[in-house]
Amino acid sequence: MSRRPLVRECPPTSWYFRQPRYLRYMSREITSIFVGAYCVLLVVGLQRLSAGPAAWDGFLLALRSPASVVFQFLALVAAVYHAATWFNATQKAMPLQIGEDFVPGNIISGAHYVAWGVLSVVVLFLAGVF
Amino acid sequence: MTPLKERLVQLEVLRYYPDTDTEAHFQTYEVVCQEEWVVLDALNKIKADIDPTLNYRWSCHMAVCGSCGMMINGEPKLSCHAFLREYEGVIRVEPLAHFPVERDLVTAPDDFMEKLKRVKPYVIPKEIKPISEGEYKQTPAQLMKFRQYSMCINCMLCYAACPQYGLTPSFIGPAALTLAHRYNQDSRDGGRKERQEVVATHEGVWECTFVGACSEVCPAHVDPASALQQMKITSSIDWIVEHLIPGGKS
Ligand code: SF4
Ligand code: FES
Repeated sequence: MSRRPLVRECPPTSWYFRQPRYLRYMSREITSIFVGAYCVLLVVGLQRLSAGPAAWDGFLLALRSPASVVFQFLALVAAVYHAATWFNATQKAMPLQIGEDFVPGNIISGAHYVAWGVLSVVVLFLAGVF
Repeated sequence: MTPLKERLVQLEVLRYYPDTDTEAHFQTYEVVCQEEWVVLDALNKIKADIDPTLNYRWSCHMAVCGSCGMMINGEPKLSCHAFLREYEGVIRVEPLAHFPVERDLVTAPDDFMEKLKRVKPYVIPKEIKPISEGEYKQTPAQLMKFRQYSMCINCMLCYAACPQYGLTPSFIGPAALTLAHRYNQDSRDGGRKERQEVVATHEGVWECTFVGACSEVCPAHVDPASALQQMKITSSIDWIVEHLIPGGKS
């Protein structure tokens, strides 16, 4: 009998519809577009700031437009989701062994959430929110 | 004793016969099964009573040999570990995704075997000592450091789950890279540098985008995704030491 294996290709553009877990993965990856776009917005803001008070006021005004508010909301949701997937991954990437036992994964991820909360409060404090 | 419950099960099985077929096709079988059977039992019943030409691999029937992996309703599973009671309606059985189909449900594992060899999955002793000096000792803590990663049964379900392997077949892939990690973590081993030539490359850990599917389907709870992320970190540290620290050597 001849050997004639049949190759079944992985569809290059539609594979992520094969499994819900692939869609979850793609949604995590897509959040980076919003995070990246928001970084660009911050850079533009810096550039406006350096261009003088009039340019800066114009930038602030543009931030308040409905389209901009919608974008910022979406970017916030995407960044929070992205951060959560990242923190949940830390327990896999950085397991901690003490003696024979490993520290439970949720403690490692949990520590990251706590650090995130504390740092967010510090940033808000420095920004004069409190 | 109460009689065991029976159930009529419909299976849609992918068939491919290399001598005559140019494409695969599905064939439907109806088979009376007992309620607590697994998909492999149903296939065995088909082969015994309905169609002796059906081909598939199995050996242990207890989730240790790793030879009965198949796609069951699109999910990579050990067929000896896929209970019929967990499925409703027609059960679709296909050969493992991302591997060439040799015949029916039998796939060709050659590529995986080749990759396993490349990561040198054996202890490369740090120092060779004469037998008279006795065994290489290890504490329980040193054992625990790699034990989980040594549980792999080479079933290749993780390769069937990994879209990166499907799209880029040169990717060394989850199980082989995880075995490299298993030996790197072993206190008796000194072969990490040799393995890095395969591990810290585009075909190695850097092809992984952390879909995480490998760990979700692994029947032995090896968690290949965790091994690969750890190797990305250590490989990055190597790079920093080598390129950014004056006089640093990885
Ligand atoms: S890592 Fe898990 S899924 Fe992959 S070959 Fe080993 S046992 Fe199978
Ligand atoms: S038959 Fe051995 S793992 Fe299923």
